[in-house]
Amino acid sequence: MDRIPILRMGDLLLVTIQVDMHDRLARSLQDDLTEKIERTGAKGVLIDISALELVDSYIGRMIANISAMARILDAQTVVVGMRPAVAITLVELGLSLSGVDTALTVERGMQRLRARLGRTEATDDDSEE
Amino acid sequence: MAEARAKTADILKNDLNGLLADWMVELRAAGADQRITDAELKAQAHQFLTLVAEAGARGTDVSSESWQPVREFLENVSRSRAIQGFSSSETAMFVFSLKKPLFNRVLRATATDSQGLADETWTITEMVDALGMHTVKSFQKTREEVINRQQEEMLELSTPVVKLWDGVIALPMIGTLDSARTQIVMESLLQRLVDTGAEIAIIDITGVPTVDTLVAQHLLKTVTAIRLMGAECIISGIRPQIAQTIVHLGVDLQGVTTKATLADALAVALKQVGLAVVKAKTAQSA
Repeated sequence: MDRIPILRMGDLLLVTIQVDMHDRLARSLQDDLTEKIERTGAKGVLIDISALELVDSYIGRMIANISAMARILDAQTVVVGMRPAVAITLVELGLSLSGVDTALTVERGMQRLRARLGRTEATDDDSEE
Repeated sequence: MAEARAKTADILKNDLNGLLADWMVELRAAGADQRITDAELKAQAHQFLTLVAEAGARGTDVSSESWQPVREFLENVSRSRAIQGFSSSETAMFVFSLKKPLFNRVLRATATDSQGLADETWTITEMVDALGMHTVKSFQKTREEVINRQQEEMLELSTPVVKLWDGVIALPMIGTLDSARTQIVMESLLQRLVDTGAEIAIIDITGVPTVDTLVAQHLLKTVTAIRLMGAECIISGIRPQIAQTIVHLGVDLQGVTTKATLADALAVALKQVGLAVVKAKTAQSA
């Protein structure tokens, strides 16, 4: 598998990582995702890592980076479905991913994204009025 | 030496019952006990002598193959003694008290032959000491097994994850936090988060006697891991003393919701999941 598929759902992008990440895959995901956000003007990105069993510091930092890049491109990112073992590993590695939003399941993540997007739109509307 | 060995073997073979009777006298003198009945003790002693007689006929090297049944028997005896609550010296006495009756018999058998007596004494001493050593060793092993099992049980006992409400789980922490425990606590808590799909986890540290930098670091790690999983964490049960310690140590608990009591934490958690607790009467009239 060369690339991780990025699915589009309205103004959201859904990235499901089904295979174990290696460095090259992570880098290509970073390229693809930023490009796709730019092209589609997506407002939210949902990264599902429930199938991810192994992480190292590079992958951990990559997740944080992708989230930060998306934010610069004006898209909110939510990382969902992190496994307990992965969470423990990241903490032990000293990576707290402090800027990354998280949710337990895809459904919750979606709710969260919609709520946040709805709120920002609402405030935008308010300011326009 | 071969002759000496033959003598010990002879004594064991020919005078088993006499030896047993004398040994029983020694065993009883060492301390009559309610924990083990006389008949049981006698049965054990008889079986031991029979096994030693069999093994002794083929050599006095206790670590050799032919002594395997004796060693196994002693392991069983010391295991049961350890469980019955005997001390290690009491258990070792079972073997060592055999020396006196054996020496008496050797003395009689080698009345004039002082060289033979010395040889024989040495053989018996070596044999009984090795057996005694083995007994104590297996006694110790059994005790260690018991301690290990209890430690594991304690670990499991002290980390129960309870469900407080739909979407709210709590972990009442009791006892000192060290790295091993934090690991177990973290694993069980995170696993429960996945199983229940809870949004909020409360860690109650009322039962944690002291908080130092290491414990605080462990707590922060757990909080971060919970956040990474996509849930929120509240730390409750912080006693005034501990609040003072945390500040004095300069531990940064910013970004972590902390509450004084579990009730406060539950109230916050309920609010966050969008629930409110109201008095029954007020609810009716409203």
